[in-house]
Amino acid sequence: MRKGFSFFTATFLFSFASPLLATINVFACEPEWSALVDELGGERISSYSATTAFQDPHHIEARPSLIAKIRRADLVVCSGAELEVGWLPVLLRQAANTNIMPGKMGYFEAAAQVERLDIPEKTDRSLGDVHASGNPHVHLDPRRIKIIAEALFNRLSILDPQGAEFYQQRFDDFNQRWQLAIEQWQLQARELKGQRIVVHHRDWVYLFDWLGIEIAAALEPKPGLPASPGHISLLTKTLTAEPAKMIVHTPYQSTRAAKRLSQMRNIPVVELPYTVGGTEQVKDLFDLFTVTIEKLKAALI
Amino acid sequence: MKKNSIAPGVLAFAYLYSTVSVAAESRFNPDISLTLDGRYGSYSNTSDYELPGFMLGGEASRGEQGFHLGHTELSMSSNIDDMFFGKFTTAIAEHEGETEVELEEVYVETLALGNGFTARAGRFYSDIGYLNNQHNHSWDFTDEPLIYRGLFGNQLIDDGLQVSWLVPTETYFKVGLEATRGARFPAGGAANEGNGAYAMFAKFGGDVGLSNAWQLGFSHWRADIENRASGTHAHEAGAVETPNYSGESTVNGVDFIWKWSPNGNNREQNLKIQAEYFVRDEDGQVELVGSDPLESTTYQGEQSGWYLQSVYQFIPRWRVGYRYDQLDSDNKGSDSDVLVEAGLDNEGHKPERSTLMLDYSYSEYSRFRLQLSKDDSYEDSDNLVFLQYIVTLGAHGAHRF
Repeated sequence: MRKGFSFFTATFLFSFASPLLATINVFACEPEWSALVDELGGERISSYSATTAFQDPHHIEARPSLIAKIRRADLVVCSGAELEVGWLPVLLRQAANTNIMPGKMGYFEAAAQVERLDIPEKTDRSLGDVHASGNPHVHLDPRRIKIIAEALFNRLSILDPQGAEFYQQRFDDFNQRWQLAIEQWQLQARELKGQRIVVHHRDWVYLFDWLGIEIAAALEPKPGLPASPGHISLLTKTLTAEPAKMIVHTPYQSTRAAKRLSQMRNIPVVELPYTVGGTEQVKDLFDLFTVTIEKLKAALI
Repeated sequence: MKKNSIAPGVLAFAYLYSTVSVAAESRFNPDISLTLDGRYGSYSNTSDYELPGFMLGGEASRGEQGFHLGHTELSMSSNIDDMFFGKFTTAIAEHEGETEVELEEVYVETLALGNGFTARAGRFYSDIGYLNNQHNHSWDFTDEPLIYRGLFGNQLIDDGLQVSWLVPTETYFKVGLEATRGARFPAGGAANEGNGAYAMFAKFGGDVGLSNAWQLGFSHWRADIENRASGTHAHEAGAVETPNYSGESTVNGVDFIWKWSPNGNNREQNLKIQAEYFVRDEDGQVELVGSDPLESTTYQGEQSGWYLQSVYQFIPRWRVGYRYDQLDSDNKGSDSDVLVEAGLDNEGHKPERSTLMLDYSYSEYSRFRLQLSKDDSYEDSDNLVFLQYIVTLGAHGAHRF
């Protein structure tokens, strides 16, 4: 998380980064990846997330503070698959930090480690904000997190060979707890299977793929375009023919359109945490899935 | 899972066969983008545009009336290899009925000098100020601030070399030096064998809490100028005289940007406040080329100006903005008549302008704008109306601060 600092300290504090411990500075584009790095790296790493659960990761500006942070990073962990296409390339070029350029050990794209869904057959801007390399929101499938965790722990071991044994232990421990948690979540989420849910944006593809939930419709007429009244009334008709159980959205999305549709169709609107920090209870990746499933189940009744 | 730890070398080898980047899979072609800009302009004043106290040059003008195209911009950029990045931008525009192709930015930049150092060579927009290094399609208003028009002929662009260093501090701190040819307005003559101009800049920035971000910049530019020509004017007798300046020129500037959005999420609402101030000092000689006998004067000038603007996105897609511009000048010389002819007499007038803007962006790639200004650049007050569209085809643009 970013720390607030006073304006004047900010202006005049040119403290050179002095690593007291030989920790690895990790710049994560999203909170889910800083949380994963924390799981795997413990006290050998120091992680920073460029965004919070309340910010749309598509729409971030290459702010001065982010350039200053990435300048001093040893490892960059991002979703990739063009999620950060508007700002990460700018940060990387501005930072002139050779450790973290694409292709270097210090550059890690999570989506590149796993199979991606929603790979479009054709990419045309008239289809909206589609990603040629598939849907980038891969962190909402815990099975994919597991694969990413293994690749990431390998990467940490390369960057910090002295810690290889340490990372191995942390990964084994995480992996064991994660595997158990997945089984538990799947058990808890059985009743969600086959349910139809309206989404704001296709952020939920991987979660729904894992739990067998069907996307009934999206509030955005095209990915990345705000919901219009015309589109909402069209959805009302669609949902009359084939009803849905609820409408879900992330903490950073506007609830206007969701509320309108909710009134018209009399189905609940559910804000899901989406990532770590999305609600107060969600302090790590385990909480993320536990809370998400709880909230989905609560809305079914 | 493998329980025994693997030697890092083996891991590194294995890594080479894993996917590095999804985006890089099918991307050997450069990023190509084309920006289309169409306008409608209306003025209440038909007299020739001038900015009393400033010798205009470059692209400085009020723009055109009626339906017309702005600059159509074609840009290509790509990593050249793991060491260099290259960029090419050309603008196609019509000037007085002639279609012209202008090379805008053409440069090579290092990617891997490391330690925060970046070097750039070629033709580029100077990093002085805040707006100067941005292409005008990404500006929040249709036209440039008056001080950019008055000092730089809209924008300072030159051929040369830039070296910058991002200091490894907690707060963003970047410094840079530019050495350029100095042949283009507002320099001229490519003095010192084509090493006519220098620039320096320092930028600071950071966040305040989650919702605010700021940047503060200081700039310095200086040039040895040999025969900088500015706007010609015809006399009733038919002789065409071109004011020509030779001497020293120094510009100092400060810029400040503050951005706010709720929790740092700019999607729904955001506010941007931006101000820049520049002052230029010149000391040399002005000649009226074409006059017979040749008229000339010594000239010591100071021209300054600032603008303050704010743009507010109140709901997704819609933004409103207001900008206020003001200029001032104090020019002296041995022959005040020549100063008048050269446009350096401010006629006791302080140019100012107020501008209102409303724009609508259907997506990140299309924007439509209405802009109204009350322009008191010179003594006849002018009311300007612009309608504009800006659309981008091709590569996803950068979300710059």
